[in-house]
Order: sequence, then structure tokens, then C-alpha cells
Amino acid sequence: MEHQISSAFWVLSFVILTSAILLVSLKNVFHCALFMVLCLFSVAGIFILLDAEFLAAAQVLIYVGAVSILMIFAIMLTNNLTNRVIKQTNENGLVSLFVCLSFAVGAIMLISKTHSWNYRANELGHDNSLILGKYLMTEFMLPFEVISVLLLAAMIGAIALARKERS
Amino acid sequence: MFYYLALAAMLFSIGLFGVLTRRNTIGILMSLELMFNAANINFVAFNKFIVTDGLTGQIFAMFIIAVAAAEAALGLAIVLLIYRNWRGIDTEHYNVMKW
Repeated sequence: MEHQISSAFWVLSFVILTSAILLVSLKNVFHCALFMVLCLFSVAGIFILLDAEFLAAAQVLIYVGAVSILMIFAIMLTNNLTNRVIKQTNENGLVSLFVCLSFAVGAIMLISKTHSWNYRANELGHDNSLILGKYLMTEFMLPFEVISVLLLAAMIGAIALARKERS
Repeated sequence: MFYYLALAAMLFSIGLFGVLTRRNTIGILMSLELMFNAANINFVAFNKFIVTDGLTGQIFAMFIIAVAAAEAALGLAIVLLIYRNWRGIDTEHYNVMKW
């Protein structure tokens, strides 16, 4: 069973790839952060195409809302954006380009050569958020609690790292 | 299915390129987010098209998002600390942990 590829997929993937390439190649870090927001927003659109509405909402809230604001704050606190253009890349450009191109070509060739996918017979339902919540409260209870402890630890760690030492 | 996986592979390679070539630490962190998102697209695509019981792929992708958020917060705190100590966040500035 092959999924019908809609035109929304092509538009979204074009936006994703273009903004990702701009993200890794632009000189101004602030513009890079803005293109990261665009890219992650389009990834949320891809999630909607794949019947993962809750994940799309979480993606918009966490990445587009929180992580990008964190990045922009960090950029504004650390860089002086206006007065000079700094070289943003190191001298590994050609080697990295070769490595990444060969990785992409190899991965895509492997994917296209694999024909023994065990395709799902029926479509996913449209009450995915409900099922997801039930799973999180029953079967995946322990990882859910562990991830909340991890987030708490990360929050405390970030505050402890970034606060100014009293002299 | 193939198109989603190919999109994720290309996004991952672009993120890898960014991680390898950026001098700015925040640029490296942003490229890292791209790689996380490529992995997430893979998980959700496999969850939609391949036989699994329930929504395991989506739950895994949600945990990845949470871990990535924690990683971003900690990474940016470390970046601020580095900036305070070395007055710059390019990767050549802090080489005290090299031998």
C-alpha cells in the first residue's frame, strides 16, 4: 500500500530543505535562527501529514516557541551582530561537504533498494491524541516520569551553570 | 514512505554539514536541532506506514523532543558560561580541554 504523496508534501519539503541549507550557509547567526524557526515549523506540517497532530502541536510549542527564543536570546547575549561580518565557517568545508553528500546518497540508495517494508494494512485513526494520552498514562508511565525528572534536572542545571558567581 | 525517509536523510546530512563546518557554537546547536528533527520525521513516518502496535513511534518522537529541549537549555547555558569566561563563542576560543 503506497501512501498518496500530496502537493503539500512537496511544498513543505522544499521549504524545509531550502531553509536548512540557508541555516547552515548564512553568515549572520540571527538570520540562521529565523530560518531554523521556518524549518522546524515546516517539520510540524510534515507531522500533520503523517497523522501526528499532537506531535505537531508539541513541535510548534517547544521548538518554534521555546527553543528558538532560547537561541535568539543566546545569540543576542553573546554576539555583536551589527558591526562586523565574521567568518562563520572553518576550513573543513570541502571534506564535510563530501562526507555529507556521500552519507545522503548512500542513505537514499539504501532506502530505495529496500522493498521488504512490512506495510501497515489500515490507516491510523484520527483520535491519535487520545490514544497517545492513554499510552502515556498506562504503558509508558515510567519513561514519562523519568523524562519529567530529566527536564527538572536540566532546568536546575541550566540555572546553576548560567548564574553569576557572587564574589 | 520513501519520500519521507529521503527527506529525513537529506535533512540529517544538512545538519551534519552544519555541525562539521560551523565555527559558532550556537550555529552548531542549531544544526544539531535539524538532526534531531530528521530523526523525528523518521520515527513518525515508520509509525504511520509500518506495522507496529499502537503509537510507539510517536511516543518515542515525543521523548526525543523533550530530550532535545533539555539539551538546548543546557547547551545554551554552557555557551553563556563560555562567553563569560573567554569573551567569544567560536570553537577556536576554548581549547583548554585539548592536550
